[in-house]
Amino acid sequence: MTTTKEPATGAPATESATTETYLPNQVLSHTSYNVVGTRPIRHDGVDKVTGRAIYGADIRLAGMLHGKVLRSPHSHARIKSIDTSKALALPGVKAAVTAADLSEAESRTIDLGEGSGNVRWLQDNILARHKALYKGHAVAAVAATSAHIAEQALKLIEVDYEVLPAVSTVEEAMRAGAPLLHDDLTTESLGEQTDEHSNLAKHFQFVLGDPDKAFAEADVVVERVVTTATVHQGYIEPHAATAAWNADGQVTIWCSTQGAFVVREQTAKVLQIPVSRIKVVPLEIGGGFGGKIPIYLEPLAALLSRQSARPVKLVMSRAEVFQGTGPTPGSWMRVKMGATRDGRLVAGEADIRFEAGAYPGSPVGAAAECVFAAYDVPNGRIDGYDVVVNKPKSAAYRAPGATQAAFAAEQVVDELAEKLGLDPIDFRLKNSAKEGTRRVDGPVHPRIGSVEVLEAAKAHEHYRSPLEGPHRGRGVAHGYWFNVGLESSCTINVNADGTVNLVEGSTDIGGTRASVAMQAAEVLGLGAHDVRPAVVDTDSIGFTAVTGGSRTTFATGFAAIKAAEDVIRQMKERAALIWEVEPETVVYEGTTFTSPARAGDTLSFKEVAAQLGDTGGPVTGRANVDPPGHGGAFATNIVDVEIDPETGKVQVLRFTVIQDAGKAIHPSYVEGQMQGGSAQGIGWALNEEYFLNGRGEMVNASLLDYRMPTALDLPMIDTVIVEVPNPGHPFGVRGVGEVPIVPPPAAVANAVAHALGKRPDVLPISPRVVLEMTGQIE
Amino acid sequence: MTTTPARATKAHVATRINGEETEFLCEPQQSLLECLRDVVGLTGTKEGCNDGNCGACSVLLNGRLVNSCLVLGVEAAGKDVGTSAGVATPAGLHPLQQAFLEGAALQCGICTPGFILAAKALLDKEPNPTEERVRFWLSGNLCRCTGYDKIVRAVMTAAGMQRGAAGARPGGAAQASAEATR
Amino acid sequence: MATVWVPSLMRDLTGGADRVDVPGRTVRQVIESLEAAHPGMKDRLVEDDRLKPAIGVAVDGVMSRLGLRQPVGEASEVHFLPAVSGGAERGGDPA
Repeated sequence: MTTTKEPATGAPATESATTETYLPNQVLSHTSYNVVGTRPIRHDGVDKVTGRAIYGADIRLAGMLHGKVLRSPHSHARIKSIDTSKALALPGVKAAVTAADLSEAESRTIDLGEGSGNVRWLQDNILARHKALYKGHAVAAVAATSAHIAEQALKLIEVDYEVLPAVSTVEEAMRAGAPLLHDDLTTESLGEQTDEHSNLAKHFQFVLGDPDKAFAEADVVVERVVTTATVHQGYIEPHAATAAWNADGQVTIWCSTQGAFVVREQTAKVLQIPVSRIKVVPLEIGGGFGGKIPIYLEPLAALLSRQSARPVKLVMSRAEVFQGTGPTPGSWMRVKMGATRDGRLVAGEADIRFEAGAYPGSPVGAAAECVFAAYDVPNGRIDGYDVVVNKPKSAAYRAPGATQAAFAAEQVVDELAEKLGLDPIDFRLKNSAKEGTRRVDGPVHPRIGSVEVLEAAKAHEHYRSPLEGPHRGRGVAHGYWFNVGLESSCTINVNADGTVNLVEGSTDIGGTRASVAMQAAEVLGLGAHDVRPAVVDTDSIGFTAVTGGSRTTFATGFAAIKAAEDVIRQMKERAALIWEVEPETVVYEGTTFTSPARAGDTLSFKEVAAQLGDTGGPVTGRANVDPPGHGGAFATNIVDVEIDPETGKVQVLRFTVIQDAGKAIHPSYVEGQMQGGSAQGIGWALNEEYFLNGRGEMVNASLLDYRMPTALDLPMIDTVIVEVPNPGHPFGVRGVGEVPIVPPPAAVANAVAHALGKRPDVLPISPRVVLEMTGQIE
Repeated sequence: MTTTPARATKAHVATRINGEETEFLCEPQQSLLECLRDVVGLTGTKEGCNDGNCGACSVLLNGRLVNSCLVLGVEAAGKDVGTSAGVATPAGLHPLQQAFLEGAALQCGICTPGFILAAKALLDKEPNPTEERVRFWLSGNLCRCTGYDKIVRAVMTAAGMQRGAAGARPGGAAQASAEATR
Repeated sequence: MATVWVPSLMRDLTGGADRVDVPGRTVRQVIESLEAAHPGMKDRLVEDDRLKPAIGVAVDGVMSRLGLRQPVGEASEVHFLPAVSGGAERGGDPA
């Protein structure tokens, strides 16, 4: 049987073209450079369009075994015993490991050298020791000469479970008498540990001004309670890791990760060996969105390799990805805001409860810090709760926490504008956060582009265009994300032909080789392709934090700029040597060295590079940075939807995203982040959710049933890049990767509200939810 | 562990991959995807789901677009298999590959070989598809990074390049957007 | 004097005050001054001679990466915040 995937002929009719002058992708720029701001072909592009690039699952080593992971079929169960002897007896099986093969770490929150965590929990998530806490929790792993034998071997592992009742949502988990996931977990309240055993891992609170008084004095108050479903990052490449444990005790790991150094750090802690024993080689990564920051397979591959003395490769199936890796939390949120009759926000209150998954550590802190951060809210109270539930340990997902928070707050803002009779963008502009605005969590905003983004949205053709027809609605929403800086390292080696090789530690998920290399090229006066970037292993570059937090173009770009400046300083010395003048007299401008001491003479970068061998040897520029001035980012969406009154399906007709990039290094890839984040946000808004059965087990762990947007579900996503330079970066760069996912669910919800005259209080706004809202089903 | 003497369990498959006569041995239950990746070593064909829902493993089987994870390796016997590795020629990249590069139609790149194969299957029989037709055709291929905008534009740009249409010189978001209607 | 914005859940120690002015040129010195004025503060913030893993400090709006060693200016604002987890922290939240 051959299964065809060719769609039938007879596609729906094409809609008519829009006006000729309209540009779907605009860049509102005030500065121009030679390389920065241009759109060269990315350096790794040819390898990726030809299929030559080597991703996590593509590696093949001599003598390599294939591993498989046995996962708990129960969402909550005590593990009474595990017996792997029958599996080990199967011909072709070379190793089998369980938690007994890991020396148990002390249960204590410690600094992991890069953020904090409890090593015991980290270990237990890799291999369940006493309890399985979610369906899909790894309990054992085997390695065999083929993947099919390894799969057969899993069936021979005998696990004796005592099945326990599960909790799936924050409401269930916080209920009095709820089944407890952890016998030893008590609630931490900003540094203080309470004695009560609970599923509530953490509570914190921010209070600014006097919210009670401000609410009492407000003319209009809106309050809403909303919930959001658990969703997955949905990267197309499943997790993959291969390890070789050498006889000398050195371990090499090849994997697909957002941060090779994090893999090294965490694998070392799980295995209880020093970081210097591990080398992590990052292969190309097929999407991450935050979900490829945590480790899952790496320690298993290492243990299996140690036991078998062979390299071992582990690749997850799609079902394992859904059931065994970090989804992003479902949430329960109550948001209340008050304004005066003239449209001024005076108070905000939020109660935000996030599913952490099986172990504490949801992004509820970020949600709380972002929920009102786009506005000047002078009086506020925000409570945050981190709650463990029987689901996979949650992981970051693009602006983690901010999307859920915006879904709640931006609907309240929209409703306030409606009640006050104000245009929704005017109301947001009037209350927009600016430089100097104090956030409810305390800190004051630096230079930000919130106002500029809103103004560009207001001026956009989409916002002014008519939207006619029944069952249609337009919504807007505004979103904020912090971004981060953190450590990056970069070295630049000058070649004799006048080009340079750039070495970095940031794995490239979406074109960062290009955006980092372009910044070095700009400083060096070279073309984008005169800089050859390479992402290398942990033995070959200084510590570099993850590709995450929208930090790579900002922080690794910062390192590239500093390394390029170091190159120029040394190249000036070489020019001075060639000319026999003082180095301080040499000036580098454009692509040319000059010196007043050699009036009329010039040397190009290429000419100096050609003489390195005669002037003291190679030139290597290097920089290690931890830049503090990452600027926050804002995005606004304008979205038109149409609702099918019979099926309840919401179709996005038109979508525009406006975002402050500070300075777009490679505008095409900035647009790509904006469009991709928007598409994920639309999926979160309309389709995506974990369906659980009565036993708390995920029942839609495939890409057929977990419905991510296809090309047919989406319109073109128009973009406007606004550039409000970040004073903390030489070119003004702000991170762009995360904030575009923040406003879409709220914008879609506002559009649905305007189409139906009723507000959705749940994500996703699936056909069932719409039909419930319209009263067609109970 | 036991030691059993080796005994033949594998099937012998003679096929043509990217125009080249190829023979391989595989287990009867192995998918064409597994055979391509693990036996023949053509890892440019990607696995995203192994159940026919993501399109990352798209290949052409006798010119017909299929998910290679849903085809058995033994089914390739006597057929023509076209993979991502065969799209470029010694003369250079295919217009689709060029348009994807110039239009920044890839981010992580894991879905890209599948999209290029699927788009090639479309353009091979419909040289002038509408945007809607492109979206319809590519709806079996999932991309989580791009939101499809630049992919759809790149396919339409490549179609223009292939038709040799006036002004359809490679590249440029402007040309691409002129091609694509809303 | 630096101005410390007291987290709401610690205002039991400051008699309800939401901010207090204390001397100190580093976060460590600021915490020592806080402890002298409002005993119990240090225990909530510091463990093993460093900020507790779950707590971050922002000085003048910028999340510090130096912890107790972070310099504090004459008129600085100091905020103690729950450490943000997710894609935002250095290594990702490992557990």
